[in-house]
Order: sequence, then structure tokens, then C-alpha cells
Amino acid sequence: MSAAKLVHMANQIADFFRSQPDEAAVAGIAEHIRSFWAPVMRRDMYAHVDAGGQGLDPLARRGVERMRGDDPAARAAES
Amino acid sequence: MSLVRETDYGTPLRESGAPVTLVIDGASVTVPQGTSVMAAAMTLGTQIPKLCATDSLEAFGSCRLCLVEIEGRRGAPASCTTPVENGMVVRTQTTRLADLRRGVMELYISDHPLDCLTCSANGDCELQDMAGAVGLRDVRYGQDGAQHRTVAKDESNPYFTFDSSKCIVCSRCVRACEDVQGTFALTIDGRGLGSLVATGGPDFLGSECVSCGACVQACPTATLNEKSVIEMGTPTKSVLTTCAYCGVGCSFRAEMQGDKVVRMVPSKEGKANEGHSCVKGRFAWGYATHKDRITKPMIRAKTTDEWREVSWEEAFAHAASEFRRIQGAYGRDAIGGITSSRCTNEETFLVQKLIRAGFGNNNVDTCARVCHSPTGYGLKTAFGTSAGTQDFESVERSDVIMVIGANPTDAHPVFASRMKKRLRDGARLIVVDPRRIDLVRSAHVEADYHLPLKPGTNVAMINALAHVVVTEGLIDEAFVRERCDLEDFQVWARFIAQERNSPEATQELTGVPAQDVRAAARLYATGGNAAIYYGLGVTEHSQGSTMVMGMANLAMATGNLGRDGVGVNPLRGQNNVQGACDMGSFPHEFSGYRHVSDDATRDMFESLWGVPLSSEPGLRIPNMLDQAVEGRFKGLYVQGEDIAQSDPDTKHVTNGLANMECVIVQDLFLNETAKYAHVFFPGSSFLEKDGTFTNAERRISRVRKAMAPLAGLADWEVTIRFAEALGVRMHYDHPAQIMDEIAYLTPTFAGVSYRKLDELGSVQWPCNAQAPEGTPIMHVDRFVRGKGKFMVTEFVASDERTGPRFPLILTTGRILSQYNVGVQTQRTSNNVWHGEDVLEIHPFDAEQRGVREGDLVSLQSRSGDVSLHAHVSERMQPGVVYTTFHHARTGANVVTTDYSDWATNCPEYKVTAVQVQKTNRWSDWQEQDRASGDLMRRISRGAANAAE
Repeated sequence: MSAAKLVHMANQIADFFRSQPDEAAVAGIAEHIRSFWAPVMRRDMYAHVDAGGQGLDPLARRGVERMRGDDPAARAAES
Repeated sequence: MSLVRETDYGTPLRESGAPVTLVIDGASVTVPQGTSVMAAAMTLGTQIPKLCATDSLEAFGSCRLCLVEIEGRRGAPASCTTPVENGMVVRTQTTRLADLRRGVMELYISDHPLDCLTCSANGDCELQDMAGAVGLRDVRYGQDGAQHRTVAKDESNPYFTFDSSKCIVCSRCVRACEDVQGTFALTIDGRGLGSLVATGGPDFLGSECVSCGACVQACPTATLNEKSVIEMGTPTKSVLTTCAYCGVGCSFRAEMQGDKVVRMVPSKEGKANEGHSCVKGRFAWGYATHKDRITKPMIRAKTTDEWREVSWEEAFAHAASEFRRIQGAYGRDAIGGITSSRCTNEETFLVQKLIRAGFGNNNVDTCARVCHSPTGYGLKTAFGTSAGTQDFESVERSDVIMVIGANPTDAHPVFASRMKKRLRDGARLIVVDPRRIDLVRSAHVEADYHLPLKPGTNVAMINALAHVVVTEGLIDEAFVRERCDLEDFQVWARFIAQERNSPEATQELTGVPAQDVRAAARLYATGGNAAIYYGLGVTEHSQGSTMVMGMANLAMATGNLGRDGVGVNPLRGQNNVQGACDMGSFPHEFSGYRHVSDDATRDMFESLWGVPLSSEPGLRIPNMLDQAVEGRFKGLYVQGEDIAQSDPDTKHVTNGLANMECVIVQDLFLNETAKYAHVFFPGSSFLEKDGTFTNAERRISRVRKAMAPLAGLADWEVTIRFAEALGVRMHYDHPAQIMDEIAYLTPTFAGVSYRKLDELGSVQWPCNAQAPEGTPIMHVDRFVRGKGKFMVTEFVASDERTGPRFPLILTTGRILSQYNVGVQTQRTSNNVWHGEDVLEIHPFDAEQRGVREGDLVSLQSRSGDVSLHAHVSERMQPGVVYTTFHHARTGANVVTTDYSDWATNCPEYKVTAVQVQKTNRWSDWQEQDRASGDLMRRISRGAANAAE
């Protein structure tokens, strides 16, 4: 999916969780994207982050990176 | 009147009240205090003759036919207006009473034409029945009464006639319009024999009548009679079923002659509607046999080709071959499907099963994506389950009703009538809506507070209301302490108490004076049982899910959950939105709202279905379309939805569809989406199949087959055959077996079966061992998730902003007479009320643009533009315009954008920055759509003949 759209969606998610304590917000963003985004969307997001992550809110980016650690979709993208 | 006579007690039965014992015709009977003698007699099976009484209406006491004798009392009191008393001894049949009744009937008949044999109500007329019951043999006064034969029959309504000459002035129609419907469109004009039923306008169509049919239902003669009955005659059989329009889920009897529907009559037994109806369910069923129905499968190689009619076998083989080819070429995830909120639970369940087990992915979604997906997310987060908390009846115990972003009198009319009745009886009303909807002020209903907020500021508003509750000490501390997570509550309370959430701080955002918000919050928190009812004005925003959680916060903070009269209640749009969601139509969860990554749940499905299932969420509808635009998603199976008209940013939707290599549409008609399809499976209407619908109150009701499927297969059979062509074995002989599988796999449906539904009429889930007869009110002693969860709901402005180019905000919605994308209602006479989408605009905005009533105007946004006629209306607030999306030729969604709810991707239909200006032409998109539409719908008739 287009990076612009994914970035907009991720930033919206970050806007919701921003009011929570930092650690909870990062975990909440990661959990939300992991639960509701199809693997192809997550892979496209990882690719965008690897390309610099333009436009991605810093909190959203931390959520994405948190999720990436144990996401099989990320491993599939790397292999 | 109706063919199948449901028991009529004459006056309403009382549900509560001290028991009263009396003797009627020698038999002892005990009934609740407040019951009439007439109703008490009927509980013994004794029908006292009557004309002006019927149990949907309070007693009126005008016909004087229901006279009885009561020991110790003089005269012969009317049994309908006489309440029972302990020790009362009543006689319903004596020589004296018989004489009196015959005398009354003589007077009636002297004023009534005796053309019974040619009357449209012959055999279905209470006057005729009563003449027989009292033994009328002669009319001493002759036939020269004021029969009003010279008064022209009012045939203005497309569905029923009004014939004064048949009227006995019993006032049942007038009272039904007032008490049942709550519109007050009718009255009695004149006096004595000159009395006539009159509308407020020149005729029924020109009056405030909303054509709900309550008057026709109440009429004991042929005065108000369905045109279909006049044309066809009285029905000979009936089938009890459930309406296929909105989420109220009214119970109807399809009254038939053979396989032809004569009329649809609302059932008193139906717990969702209790005998009431609206213009759609009652009358707008003609689409089911409309000449536009497609009844043969069709295929074509390209969307510019003519359709070619083929056998079912060829259609299934072709579709399966194409989907397998696509998966081979582009990968397993390159196809998906959309289930329908207009189809049954069983059909929906099969489609998601086909996708998960047959396609091998979770690319399944449903139209709830674009309406109530935030309800599912928000209520599950707060309470633990994705559904409304109450039954409809609960509103009768509400003291304060807060309607947020919903227009029930148009979109959920039968529930609105129930709500208006409670409001007339004294409940207070708060309306939170940008528009001055009918509930704000209509006959005998007036909102205590109308908070006309600017579109897009819902969360700021709900936070401001909660701020008042928290800072003015209006929290129900005992409820919060006992029922909710205290730590979450404290975090939320600290957040909400911040000054920036106060009504004063937010009034510039919302546009609503702070004092009104404060007053409304105080009323909600302190006015007794307070209930929230909401609609798509809540969900279809970039913060739709946040708003749902905000309402849940407010209800928990004030203790308005877990009993009658309170709750947080989504008013669902289409008939089976709730059911489609329950059945596992979302790409991330199985039936019963269990995530696909849950191993135990997935094991259960895999074990039964015999195939491995994906543990990853699939693509949502907008994601599928995005992927299609990029060339990565190539095949879509759409059952009973029309995403090319209903989904936002039409050009993006159609670009996505046009990029696919195989689109399969299963529908009644060649809808807008079918223009982009390569395979068409003809669908079946609700009259042609068995199944169940689940309405907005979680009520599961039976849909029963009244006629054979016009295309030979019901929708559930189509999915099975398509699955078999794909190599997926599905063996069901009847939808009852599909429900058995649903019950086996879904804990909240564990106790549901067709047998139980036939026994109880309907049940509300959860229905299982803990609640074998269902659950009318949820979260009574504890929330499904345990403790109620408060969530911090920070207001975040939509990215859709007004500016110099697009200075107005467009919000879209629905109207009473049309339904969703209009494919059904526009093939009925409902078009007389709403023949086109119009743009409602405030007089100030209109004047600034030189726009007058009826002008053609161009509506432009960053997504596109369309032209439509203007309706200048003070229902709007300055700066906000409104239209409906019912008509394909308007293309309202060409203008809406791809912004969506942060949690669910539910589109932000309610906030689009637009400009409006006068024009003298249709938009380019409209011109092109009309030209290409005909081209893309051509059917090769030569091939049709060959196929036959």
C-alpha cells in the first residue's frame, strides 16, 4: 500500500495512544497495528521505515519498531 | 385489518399491577389491575363485540358495541373503558345486551354502503363480522344515512386508498397515527353524521402522513385499504418472517396468494416492532419481483463486453477457475470477499467460511466496515462485547434519552415511534446533532436541549459533557467502585477534569454554548435512567471509535448501565449489520468476536472445517481497494453489497474494481458494482429463503421462505456451490444446519437453534447455558470483560479542514423513504417521496452563493464534484450542508474522501470540506457515468435464448 496512506493511518493511531503513559502508548500502537493490519501492510510499513520513514510520527515509529521485533511478517520481508 | 387474526384483546394488556379477580359469564379470572373488562374477558376466550377498540390502542369508548352488564351497577357500561375490580361479576351475553348491540349496529349500517360482495375488505372486515356476531337481520332506519358516497376516494398515497363512504368514524386510524406512530397527521373533521377523517393537507400524500401503515392496520373496514388488496383480493395464506430493511428488524407476516405477495402485515408478536411498521417494510416490497431482477447467472471476459447468460454450472466453474488462476499468478492473498449485512446470518457465515477455508486467507470484510465498525471496537474495549447493551423495550423505562448522531424518525422509524411515545409520556430529551432533526421539535415532542455541534467535534462534546459530570460531583461513585477498573477511572477522571475539556474551553470548537452543554450534562447525570442512542453521526468520523468509548465512559461514570432504561445503544443501519459482525465477517476475527490469532479458537474452527486457517488479520475493504489500485489485489467476491455506490471516494473505489481481473457480484440487480464485474450470481430476496437476521438489539429472528428463489438457488446455496467448485466441501441441506454449526463454534450463540427460535419467536444473544432464553439487557451484574474500562479520549481534529477553496462541511445521511443505495426502494413507489438526492443548505449560505430553492448546484470537494438540486433549509446550521447517497445517478460519494476512523478505517462520511455554487450542467463524472453505465450493463439477449 502507498506509504503516504500507511503513514497517515499509523499517525492517527499514535494520536489516540499519545495520551497514555509512554510505554503503554508504544505497546498500544504495536498491539493495534499487529491486530488489525494485514501482513502486507505491515511489510510495506517496515519497508517505508527502512527507507527513512518520512512523515511517520516519532511515537508511531516507535510503535512500529516495537511490533517488528516479533512479527513474522517482518521476518518474511527480510528473507 | 389483517387476514391472519392475531388475538385482539381490545385494549392493551397490563404487564404489572396487583392481581384482580373477577367473574365473567360464570368463570373466574385473575388479571393485573388496570386491565379492562374487555381484555379480561378475552383472556378467557370471550370476545365481546367491538368496533372502536383494538389492543394496540388505549380504550376510546365511542362505538358502544362492547356493552356489558355488571352486578350492582346501573346501565350497561362499555367493557373497553371499564377497569376490572375485585369481586366484579360481569355478564357479556344477555338478551338485553343483544338488543342494545343490534340497535347500535343498525345505526352503523344505516350509514354504511351494503356492497359487501364487491367490497375490497369482503371477508376481512370487522364491521361485517360484528353484524354477524350481533345477529343483525334488519335495518329499520333504511339506507339513507350520510354515506359520503360523493366524497372522492383519496388515492394519492401510492400504497393505500382512503374511502370516506366506508368509514364508521371509529377514530382507530386517528388514534393509531397519534399513539402508535406519533405523527398526528389525522383528525376527525366535522360533527355528527358529517364527521370525516381528515388529514392536515389536501390529501394523504400532501399531508404529514409518513405512510407507516398504522392507520391501515387499525381500520376495521375497507376505508383504509391496501391497493394491492383492492387489485388482487384478500390473501389466502401467510408466512411469518422478518423485514429486510433497517436494523430494527420488524416481524411481518407475508400474506400471500400462492407465491404472490398480496401485502406485508406487521406482527404483534414481533418483539422488535409489536405490530408497528414503516413505509419501507410495510409497503416497499415490490422490488422483490421487479422486472429488473436478474435471474440468470452471467459471465463476461471484460467489463466492456456484453453479459452472457450461462448455466449455474458454467458460472461456478468459470468463477472458481478465475479465482484459482489469480491466486496462482499473484499469490494466495490476491483475492478476497465481502459479506452482506442484507443477507442472513447463515449466508454471511458461509461466505466468511468460504474465504477463510477456501481462499486460504482472511481477506473478508463486511459493509459494517463503513458504518458501525467503530461500535464494535469501542464497545468491546469498554465493556467486552461488540454490541448494544439494551433491548428496544428498555426505552420505555428511560427518564432521559440522549440521541447522538442519529435520526431515528428517518432511519429507524419503528423504534423512533416507541421512543416518541416514551417522550410524550414524560421522558426528557437531549439531541446532539449538527442538524435540527425532526426529534428536536415535532408533534408533541420537543428536545430539552439540542446541542447543534459542528461536524467533527463529537469527541470534544462528549468530553465536555463528561467534564461537567466529573467536576460537579455527579459521578455514580458506588457504580464506578463496584463495576469498573478504578485505576483506569482515575486516569480518565484526571484527564477529563482538565480545564481544556470544559464546555467553556470547547465551545469554540463545537459551536455549542457552554451553558447548554452544562445543563444537558446535569440532566443526563441526574435525571433518572439515562440512555444513549446513537448512529452513524458518531461512528463515521476519524475519531469514531474514540467517540464510542467516550459515550461508554459517560454511561459508566453515571452508572447508566446494566438495567432497564439506560445503556449505550447503536442504531444499526442495515437489517443484519449486527449479525454480519457477529458471524465473523471482519478480517481479524472469527464469529463471536474472537481474534484469528487466538490459537484455541482457531483450533476449533480448523478441527471442524478440516483445513489450516490463517492466524493473520486480512485486508479490510479500503485496504483491498488500495491494494487493487496498486495492482496487488485481483479478485473479489461481493455478496449483496454495492461498494461502488456506498463506499467513499467513488473514483478510488471504481479504479480499484476496474484494476481487478475477476469481480464476482451476487445481487438482485445489476447494481453499480456490477458494472465492474466479470461474473454475476443472481441473488435471492428475503422472501425466497430461510435464515435469520440479528437486529440492533441482538435479537435473532427467523426469515422464512415465502416463495421459490427466482433464480433457482437461494444465496446460501449459491455460496455452497461456488465453494464446491473451488474444491471446498460444504454440505448443508437447510440453513438450520448452518445455524447448528454457528452455535457449535460460537459461545454467544451456543443455545440458538431454529427449534428454539420457532418456540420463542426470537432470542437475543448471548443465548447459551447461562442464558438459555437469551439476554435482553447486557452487563447486569458485571461487564463481559469483567470490570468496565475507562479510556482517555483526547480530541483530535480531523485532517479534513475547511479553507478558502472548500469553506463548507458536507455531511451525508439517509431519509425515511429510501434505503441505503436505493436498489430496493427505488424499484418501488417510494420514489414519490424522494425521487432524487438534494443538497440541504442553510439560507445564509444559499444567499451568499445566489442559490435559490430548486437550483442546480455543483458540490465540489478535493475528491470530485457532482451536481444536484438545492433545498434551502433552516434544519441546517450555517457552514454545513447535507445530502443523501441513495441515488446512483447523483453519486454523492464522488465527493466524500478517503479519510477514516483511526481504529477501524470506517470512512469519515460526516466531514467533507466542500464548496457549493450554481451550475447549469451535470458534472463530468455524472455525464461519463451515465454514458458508461448503459454500456457496462448490456446483456446479450441472443445468448440468453441459446442458454435457455
